[in-house]
Amino acid sequence: MSSIKIRSKRLGDKMQIRTLIAHPMENGRMRDKDSDQLIPAHFIQELIVKHNDKTVISSHLSGSISKDPYFVFMLNNVNSGDKITISWVDNLNQFDSEDHFIK
Amino acid sequence: MRRRFLKHLTTFAGSIWLSGSGLFKAAYAAWPSDNFKEQSYQDTLTRLFNQAELIETHKIKIKAPKTAENGAVVPVTIQSDLPNIGKVYILVDNNPKPLSAEFNLSNDVDFFITARIKMAASGQLIIIAMDNENIYKASRFVKVSKGGCGN
Repeated sequence: MSSIKIRSKRLGDKMQIRTLIAHPMENGRMRDKDSDQLIPAHFIQELIVKHNDKTVISSHLSGSISKDPYFVFMLNNVNSGDKITISWVDNLNQFDSEDHFIK
Repeated sequence: MRRRFLKHLTTFAGSIWLSGSGLFKAAYAAWPSDNFKEQSYQDTLTRLFNQAELIETHKIKIKAPKTAENGAVVPVTIQSDLPNIGKVYILVDNNPKPLSAEFNLSNDVDFFITARIKMAASGQLIIIAMDNENIYKASRFVKVSKGGCGN
C-alpha cells in the first residue's frame, strides 16, 4: 500500500490538494525510551507535486516536519480527469509516488 | 585533463539517463544540507539570503496556534495575495536546525501552504517568500508547552 494519501476538493475555481504521508520523520535527536540510544535520522528530504506530469511544487524538507507529514496546497487550472502525482524521497533513498485523478 | 572532462561528461549524461528511466528517483536538485544544518537562526538567514534586505510585510498571513500543547505537531497555514512568489521558506528561530522546509511554487499554484512542523521551544515562526525582485518576511510568536525536537 502506498504511503501517500491524496484528496482533492474544488473550491471555487481552485483545487485544494490535501496529502497525508506515512513516514517516521526522525530528526536524529530523539532517544529510544527503552535503550536510551539515539534514533538515527530518517526523514523525507524532497516532496514533489505534479499536475499532468508537470512539476508545480517542489520542496526540500527537514526532520523538523512532524511525523506523518500533512500538507495542503491550492492549485489553479485543474480540470476533471487531470492527474495529480505526489512523490517523496527520504535521506535513506527510499521513495514513493502516488497518482490521484480529479473527479 | 581533457579525458577527465569527458569522463565527467559521461557520468553526468549517465545520471540524466538514469533519472529519465525512473530507476533512480532523481532529485530536482541535491538536498542543500548546508541550509538545513545545525546553526543559529541568523547564520541560516545569512546563508540563504546573504545580506539581502528582508522586507517585513503584513501581506503574508500566518495561521498557527498561540499556544501549542505539543511542539512535535504545530499546524501552520500560510497564505498571501503577493503575486509571482516562486520560493517560500518556513523557519523556526529557536530550533537547533532553524530551516524547516523550502518550497518552489510554479505559477499555477497559489501562495497557500498548510504543514505541520516541530518546534523545540517557544519562539518565532518565520515565513520568507521571494519573487523575482524582493524578499518578504513575516513572523509570528508561538508558545510551546512541551518541546518537540528531542532536546
